[in-house]
Amino acid sequence: MSEATSSQRKEVDALYAESQEWKINTGEETIHAKRMPGAFRRLKWIAASSWLLFFFGPYLRWNGRQAVLFDIPGRQYHIFEITILPQDVWMLSLVLLFFAIMLAVVTTLFGRVYCGFFCFQTIWVDIFTWLEEKLEGSPAKRKKLDKASWNVDKIVVKLKKHLLWILVSMFTGVSFVAWFTDVYQLWIDYFTLTASSTEWSVLALFTVGTYIMAGVLREQTCFWLCPYARIQAVMLDRESMIPTYDYNRGEPRGRLKKGETVEGNGDCIDCNQCVAVCPTGVDIRHGLDEGCITCALCIDACNSVMDKIDKPHGLIRYESVDALEGKPVLPLMKRPRVLVYLVIMTLSFVGIIYGLLNITGLEIKVLHERQPLFVQLSNGSIQNKYELKILNKTNEQMTVRVTAEGLEGVELVGAEEPFVSPPGKVAPYTVYLRLPRRAMKESSMPVYFKLEGVEKPELNSKYESMFLGPR
Amino acid sequence: MSENNPFPNENNTGHFWDDTLRELSNDPPGWWTIGLHASWIWCLVYFFLYPSIPSLDLEGYSKGSLGWTAVSEYKADLAAIDEVRQKWEDKINDPKTSAAMILADDDLKNYTVRSAKVLFGDYCAACHGSGGSGNGAMSAAQSGYPVLADDDWLYGGTVEQIETTIYNGRKGIMPNYGARLSETEIADLAKHVVALSEGGEHAVGKELFINPTKGGCFACHGMDAKGMAALGSANLTDAVWRFEVSGGGDHRHASALHTIAHGVNSELIDPASRNAVMPAFGPLGKDLSAGSVKKLAVYVHQLGGGQ
Repeated sequence: MSEATSSQRKEVDALYAESQEWKINTGEETIHAKRMPGAFRRLKWIAASSWLLFFFGPYLRWNGRQAVLFDIPGRQYHIFEITILPQDVWMLSLVLLFFAIMLAVVTTLFGRVYCGFFCFQTIWVDIFTWLEEKLEGSPAKRKKLDKASWNVDKIVVKLKKHLLWILVSMFTGVSFVAWFTDVYQLWIDYFTLTASSTEWSVLALFTVGTYIMAGVLREQTCFWLCPYARIQAVMLDRESMIPTYDYNRGEPRGRLKKGETVEGNGDCIDCNQCVAVCPTGVDIRHGLDEGCITCALCIDACNSVMDKIDKPHGLIRYESVDALEGKPVLPLMKRPRVLVYLVIMTLSFVGIIYGLLNITGLEIKVLHERQPLFVQLSNGSIQNKYELKILNKTNEQMTVRVTAEGLEGVELVGAEEPFVSPPGKVAPYTVYLRLPRRAMKESSMPVYFKLEGVEKPELNSKYESMFLGPR
Repeated sequence: MSENNPFPNENNTGHFWDDTLRELSNDPPGWWTIGLHASWIWCLVYFFLYPSIPSLDLEGYSKGSLGWTAVSEYKADLAAIDEVRQKWEDKINDPKTSAAMILADDDLKNYTVRSAKVLFGDYCAACHGSGGSGNGAMSAAQSGYPVLADDDWLYGGTVEQIETTIYNGRKGIMPNYGARLSETEIADLAKHVVALSEGGEHAVGKELFINPTKGGCFACHGMDAKGMAALGSANLTDAVWRFEVSGGGDHRHASALHTIAHGVNSELIDPASRNAVMPAFGPLGKDLSAGSVKKLAVYVHQLGGGQ
């Protein structure tokens, strides 16, 4: 046995000494997970960094305003060049559908990827425990500190940690509010104590919420509060690739004796490192667990142990139940669920693109006067009254022209001059249609109102209404 | 039971089922206890702050230290709405703002039309129908109420004329020709009136119409029978009838007969005379403010036939 391997074996002995510490999570104790470097740990950081957009996105500017701004009081959503008014919000449902189905398809294929790598809960817990480790030390030290009696040192270190947590929570709150109002003004308002009651209460909610969820409840949120976790768990099937312990290779598990695997034992040396690193404190070797967020940190831990005992990687790896049982696994594109999900995703994506391409700057709606439905004028012709609701979705005032089409001999009164349509608003206009009595062929005839920008005829809209008269 | 307790060191009640299923006597969870106490403390605070206990004193209930009442909250809400309306109302009530100026200002006109809708419902719609759709007579002897959404106006259709009509009211008079003319003559006149509205004329009727010793109708209705806004005499040549039985058509002759024979607003002489009085809504009548009358004039003007 070489020098190197003997020192590796000693390390394994150290792991055994530590393994008494690692128990399975029953909710009574705070989980202090061990942090280990590895491929999935790196992946988790990369995925987590997508949340930087949440923190710093609001500071982007576009054409003199916030690039992405959900202006709720103004009923306008600005996303770079696009301005979305409530009338276009049907697209939001397609966006939600798209992401919901994406969640489903990813979960079907690779388990709770969202939970493990992207969820704000698990990522904020990760940040909070990372701060905890920087201040209080390794999990063993933290456990000792938790049990120790209160003294100045403990108070100082705990105070520092909670202060940092509250700061992160507050920044989270400010960043959330910043998507809904001008971020630069928001900071000024918070510091001069002139923010609105809504801004204060949302900040308070997010600060308290983040602090409690990520600092106190942690994985308990995933266990007992999160409906998503339950929904995602039922989307798995026997073909889903999830972090799985290969019991064929690992069992019977047993500890090393004098630095050697006991004859007949599997590759699992029962070092409990997979439990040690688990942020939710489950034991992956028991199979799929409701607490498993499939963050794959146990794969990193196990691989590092396999290195130490000169065994190949992958005792814990992404694998499906069927594959472990030696059953044939269907290729991705032949699984009906994947295909159905992909079809829905494609449809909603097409819908969003259609919607974005067809956002018109102008929209017209026509309300036919109901009382009276029509009147006879002194020259005998029939008059109908209409209220036009003209919506100008652009940011500029526009002059618009309305015409009536599709009814022979009809005269539009009240729209001789172009209307001035204020930006980002619906404005009402009253017009009348007149039709000679002899042209009344039926008591109800369709008529179309066409709206067109005077300077920008490419902005137009059409609406069908009725022209009513006596029989 | 308890002497055979298989779990002696556990805080159980000694009640067992199926060997291991047992009842523990644990304290309720801390969060639950906090919730319980917070609830009754909140109750006390609420009882102190808000009206809550009926029959506590002679006035009927405890008032609460905040002095909150549903009515005061409602009034505060109303005041908040009034504050928003105030700048528009000020502009409308300003004597320097004419009804025509309101019509020329899109925003002010929209505000006026929407707020006048309520006034119109309260004061006008009972006779003129919602939206000014009028109320047709059910028989030739009835008078009905004029449509305000058409372009035919007895007293003129400019917004100022409409305003005057609402402010002072109107009472046009037509004599009862039943006392002066024979039945045949009245029938001929009626035929002429029906023919006029259809673009024609009736030779005998026309003769009576312009003969000052017979009908003499031209004196008020004009030689061209187009009426005079100053007198409120009807334009007889257009398609709109002031006195018309719902359904029009064949009833027109009967309606014209009745009008000519019994007159309009001449009930002192002829009890069957038509009653067609527009009451005053200014200080002479219902005493609406000048601003409200102005609003109503704008509203009526935009119903469909304002000139």
